[in-house]
Amino acid sequence: MGLLVKRAGFALASVAAIGLLSNLPAGGQAAKKEKDGKWETADGTPTYNIGSDGTVDWYTFSGFRRYHSECHTCHGPDGEGSTYAPGLIESMKTQSYADFMLVVASGREVIRADKQSKMPALGDNANVMCYIDDIYVYLKARADGVLPRGRPAKREEKPAAAEKHEKACFGEK
Amino acid sequence: MHKYALAGASLVLIASATPGAANQDVLQQSAKPEQWVLQTGDYANQRYSKLDQINRDNVKNLKVAWTFSTGVLRGHEGSPLVVGNIMYVHTPFPNIVYALDLNEEGKILWKYEPKQDPSVIPVMCCDTVYRGLAYADGTVYHHQADTTLVALDAKTGKEKWKVVNGDPKKGETNTATVLPVKDKIIVGISGAEFGVRGHVTAYDAATGRRAWRAYTLGPDSEILFDPDKTMSLGKPVGKDSSLKSWTGEQWKIGGGTAWGWFSYDPETNLFFYGTANPSTWNPVQRAGPDGKPIDQKWTMAIIARDADTGMAKWAYQMTPFDEWDYDGVNEMILADITVAGQRRKALVHFDRNGLGYTLDRTTGELLVAGKFDPTVNWTSGVVMDKSSPQYGRPQVVKEYSTFQTGQDKNTKGVCPAALGTKDQQPAAFSPRTNLFYVPTNHVCMDYEPFRVSYTAGQPYVGATLSMFPAPGSHGGMGNFIAWDAGQGKIAWSKPEKFSVWSGALATAGGLVFYGTLEGYLKAVDEKDGRELFKFKTPSGIIGNVMTYSHNGKQHVAVLSGVGGWAGIGLAAGLTNPTDGLGAVGGYAGLRDYTALGGALTVFTLP
Repeated sequence: MGLLVKRAGFALASVAAIGLLSNLPAGGQAAKKEKDGKWETADGTPTYNIGSDGTVDWYTFSGFRRYHSECHTCHGPDGEGSTYAPGLIESMKTQSYADFMLVVASGREVIRADKQSKMPALGDNANVMCYIDDIYVYLKARADGVLPRGRPAKREEKPAAAEKHEKACFGEK
Repeated sequence: MHKYALAGASLVLIASATPGAANQDVLQQSAKPEQWVLQTGDYANQRYSKLDQINRDNVKNLKVAWTFSTGVLRGHEGSPLVVGNIMYVHTPFPNIVYALDLNEEGKILWKYEPKQDPSVIPVMCCDTVYRGLAYADGTVYHHQADTTLVALDAKTGKEKWKVVNGDPKKGETNTATVLPVKDKIIVGISGAEFGVRGHVTAYDAATGRRAWRAYTLGPDSEILFDPDKTMSLGKPVGKDSSLKSWTGEQWKIGGGTAWGWFSYDPETNLFFYGTANPSTWNPVQRAGPDGKPIDQKWTMAIIARDADTGMAKWAYQMTPFDEWDYDGVNEMILADITVAGQRRKALVHFDRNGLGYTLDRTTGELLVAGKFDPTVNWTSGVVMDKSSPQYGRPQVVKEYSTFQTGQDKNTKGVCPAALGTKDQQPAAFSPRTNLFYVPTNHVCMDYEPFRVSYTAGQPYVGATLSMFPAPGSHGGMGNFIAWDAGQGKIAWSKPEKFSVWSGALATAGGLVFYGTLEGYLKAVDEKDGRELFKFKTPSGIIGNVMTYSHNGKQHVAVLSGVGGWAGIGLAAGLTNPTDGLGAVGGYAGLRDYTALGGALTVFTLP
């Protein structure tokens, strides 16, 4: 399926391809395309790609790793939530990419008599923001029910573009 | 009874041998078994009570006497204090303090609620827990999440003074209790996951003026180590013992915080504590200039310091160059026990790294180091041969070295997991059995380190880990064990479904109490761990069991309120990668058993 989707992506925009994709089992999102190993939907929103054998694209895997370094100490393993902070599986079903970016970068606060919670502003945290698309697509895959809990068993190799982006983001040559 | 009488006599001797030393009030108050004036029960951290009204025969009749809701939902660690007819109850953030009148079934005498900036919440790694108050000389000492240390009048709750110990904007927070000793209050700091440079600090008990600060890392003058007089494994530590063990200036954001418990020995005027992990969790980023492991002193160490000056008498690093987040902060229990046929003034410590250590508390000599969970696999053991260049060092098993496996690679099946074979939940010691009663985790992990960059006040972690119940065992995630610290052997072990994240209490009634994450308060026989009583409290227990006596009746009290690191990792249940891709369900999720809510439950006999 991975290959098929890839080809469909390259063939681009064809209604036929979209029709084909919509018939695919869970795991494929409608109309997405791939560039240098990174997938996005028709409107340019980053998304995941999971092959029929469970192989995930690099960015989804990277998102798994970064989530479990930066986010899980509050939001629990696999986005499942904890006694400390809410799970993200439900909210990511409806939250837009733009809203996700806003909350991560600027934080969010709920201060009531019965509840004091605070999501920190992570906008200046390179360990989060340099991988924000990765974390987004990972959580989106979890929310869409196409990626089981735990470490993805198989993944694509790290694309050169990811390496390049990482260095640029951390201000390295 | 014979042993018990001896222990009592030696305590009196210690107190009278050093008049004016120690905090006389703390010594006198903590010697009264009807009270509980320090979180740790006494300066020795034994968590042993001489009360024996509740015993092995009648504990089955234990009934709830009264309850109290704290009004706070987050994880409730620590325990209440009882001084005279007043019980002092603390909460996690926002760190409320209640003084309850025991003569009127817990009527609120006063309540203190500090105003704190909520931005401190997300810089507290792993829930906004707080391990409680300390009492000395008519004052309740309260150390808030935002590191404000407040002295409260014990009768009225009025502030006597307050002082700020750290900067939450840099990730410095507080979760620990304080140590009142002589004319000082000694406090620690949290935040190793944020690159905080750890320290302990002493404040004047009467005024709050800072007396001294001892960092964990850095120049000798700032870590208060004397190159010639501070000893480690029988030798002076030498010049720049910390600086020499770091690459460049990494020590400035190197972690080694002090967020655990303090104990104190009036005889030598030494206090003892442990230091946390080096930052980051990625060992590759912390390698020496030659690319090899480097010790990163004095993270992961037991340190003994003079209570007046803060100068270090001795130090012992348990996990040089940490590769697994095995903080060394767990409690140091002071007990006189027999080791290799000799009576020793021992310090016993159950480390996150899965080893139970017995040291001579006066000299720091290492006497015993043994695995207190048989599944511990990252080390083949500690070299005990004094002539070996590896003396005192744990030997790392290559297969489980996250450094040798390398960055961006997954090291599989490391036991214990990062939360340790035991975390902060304190063990108890009974002079009746000479055994230590230890709440433990039975969890392993996969660990993958990768590069991270440092931003002040932001998490500085650098590893992904997945945890799962110890494979090939009983399937549960915890054990409650009895440990012989003279021999380094497990005497008995009682399996638990979840990690045991509650501090234990041993009593002269022949009982040992602890709580479970599902919310049970349990009482077991000190001899064999046989369960004699259990009661399900309103929420999971991560607090410590305490006991007191009021109007001649013994009571047992515990805070419920699930949360903390245990609540974060275990709420959703663990996955076991060896079960195949993403298999879940075989392992219980805590959220199927309990929900949030702080509540105190007090038990007594009918």
